[in-house]
Amino acid sequence: MTTLIVNGESRSIAASPDTPLLYVLRDELGLCAAKFGCGLGQCGACTVIVDGKAVFSCVTPVMVLEGRTVTTLEGIGSRDAPGPMQRAFIAEQAAQCGYCIPGMMMRAQALLNRDPQATDESIRAELQPHLCRCGTHMRILRAIRRAADEMRPKTVEARTGR
Amino acid sequence: MKLRFVLLALLAIGTFGGTAALLYAWESPIAPIDPRSLGAPDRAVLRRGASLALLGDCATCHTAPDGLPYAGGLAMPTPFGTIYSTNITPDPETGIGRWSEQAFIRALRSGVDREGRHLYPAFPYDHFTRVSDDDAKALYAFFMSLDPAKSSAPPNELAFPLNVRLTLAGWKLLFLRRARFVADPSRDEKWNRGKYLVDGLGHCGACHSPRNLLGAEMKSAGFAGGEAEGWRAYALGRSSLSPVAWDEAALADYLASGSHPLHGTAQGPMANVVDNLSQVDPADVGAMAHYLASLGKGEGRNDAERPASGPGRLPQAAGVQAATPSIPSEPGGAIYATVCASCHDGGRPLPLGGSRLDLSTAVADEKPANLIHLVVRGIPAAAGASAHPIMPGFGDILDNRQISDLVNYLRTRFAGRPQWNGLAKAVAEARGGR
Ligand code: FES
Ligand code: FES
Repeated sequence: MTTLIVNGESRSIAASPDTPLLYVLRDELGLCAAKFGCGLGQCGACTVIVDGKAVFSCVTPVMVLEGRTVTTLEGIGSRDAPGPMQRAFIAEQAAQCGYCIPGMMMRAQALLNRDPQATDESIRAELQPHLCRCGTHMRILRAIRRAADEMRPKTVEARTGR
Repeated sequence: MKLRFVLLALLAIGTFGGTAALLYAWESPIAPIDPRSLGAPDRAVLRRGASLALLGDCATCHTAPDGLPYAGGLAMPTPFGTIYSTNITPDPETGIGRWSEQAFIRALRSGVDREGRHLYPAFPYDHFTRVSDDDAKALYAFFMSLDPAKSSAPPNELAFPLNVRLTLAGWKLLFLRRARFVADPSRDEKWNRGKYLVDGLGHCGACHSPRNLLGAEMKSAGFAGGEAEGWRAYALGRSSLSPVAWDEAALADYLASGSHPLHGTAQGPMANVVDNLSQVDPADVGAMAHYLASLGKGEGRNDAERPASGPGRLPQAAGVQAATPSIPSEPGGAIYATVCASCHDGGRPLPLGGSRLDLSTAVADEKPANLIHLVVRGIPAAAGASAHPIMPGFGDILDNRQISDLVNYLRTRFAGRPQWNGLAKAVAEARGGR
């Protein structure tokens, strides 16, 4: 049995240890934001954050994650209380079909957590592994920029303890 | 300590060893030219120069990440400190705009800049000394035809005494054999062309040969395998550890396309090399392959019946996932079974299937560096090269311990060779600050 901290809660996973994290999230924990796109680590639709890093959950068996911290899109806001990243994607209407969007948001979130001052170039470079077949790339980039602007003052506040 | 001693001794030779040494070390400046005085170059010469610059991989070192091509500034870590490549565009202030053809050729072949300062052998003049007059002139014409870029490299970060350029005269005395290429009349033209390119401009030995304590290639161990930017440059020819013997056709294919079904895909610094070679006259790449093939074969077999793709041991489950075999209790084996096997033991053909690890030089090599890099970074899809194998990186999923366990397992299972020493250190190094 594998234990994971998922969105802040400790969860014991019943699925066999070779099961990809993506299936555990969707089928066992009912967290369906992460999507199955390719299953080969090549499209980014399944991206979640593990210990601060964006990873492809489709190629990550839970066995290797014992005791580690997983954050999914559900962990950074909800329909009723969207987080800054989600608000920015809504404001920019960045989703077309939306299939790629949860993965995009998670990698962008991991980047901004690590580097709140991320430049446009570093956002582009970081999002390189993600495919969007609807072609809404420009809106996605605008949304991430907006999220970065919105998140930054809060980070400063958090740092200065105000 | 020993190194320090040798260096001090060298310094003594280079600078205090009497007038003779000083005279030897001294190189005079060559008068600056007015770049506008150069006539319009011949188109055919320019084309040849451009192709030679690709064969010499000049842009690879003389371009900083996100910098203008040939404008220099790339940091090159060496065991002695960091050296920055220089601007070789014709900018009069920061580049080679005021260099005459003679000054350029002296730099290329003798490692002395226009002002008479010795250049560090990170610039492989020990190879470029073989370049013919015509080729050196074509290169000069090509570089002088580029758009001048204003860009100065940061100062080198080298400790005393290596920051004193006169010490390099001592290094050259010991290790630089100034000599043009001389064709071997007992060999055909293709072989000689190949050797000229491989040993000269191509400077293959600069990475593929081991270096001594003073950073010079060990001539006695030419092509016995070396290192570049934290990657292994595998042994070539007789010393090759490739499980599949290289033949001329495979070499030509790999060098021109960057990948071969039985030999994998060029990664790390070699990716730049094959990218450049893909743009030159295929006859030149063919000649290089021809010469390299003449260096002999290692112990690898080359039975053509070996299939390139996975053995298809695992039944294909729904979609792209293959069923996982039973999970061994050994940690590395368990990681292989759950993380790697669905591609590497599955039957899916390349590029989306896993390549055969029992044929992999990364697993069979003397050092683990390349295997670690591949596990950590994966193999990114190359633009326009859809037939290359691709692989996601696992550096953000597996921690250092897990990578060591996995690498040890791969080594034992697929190469049947003893485990690598110093693996934990190699993993930490390959991952840098990760
Ligand atoms: S589904 Fe995981 S990367 Fe495509
Ligand atoms: S919005 Fe449809 S794939 Fe990106």
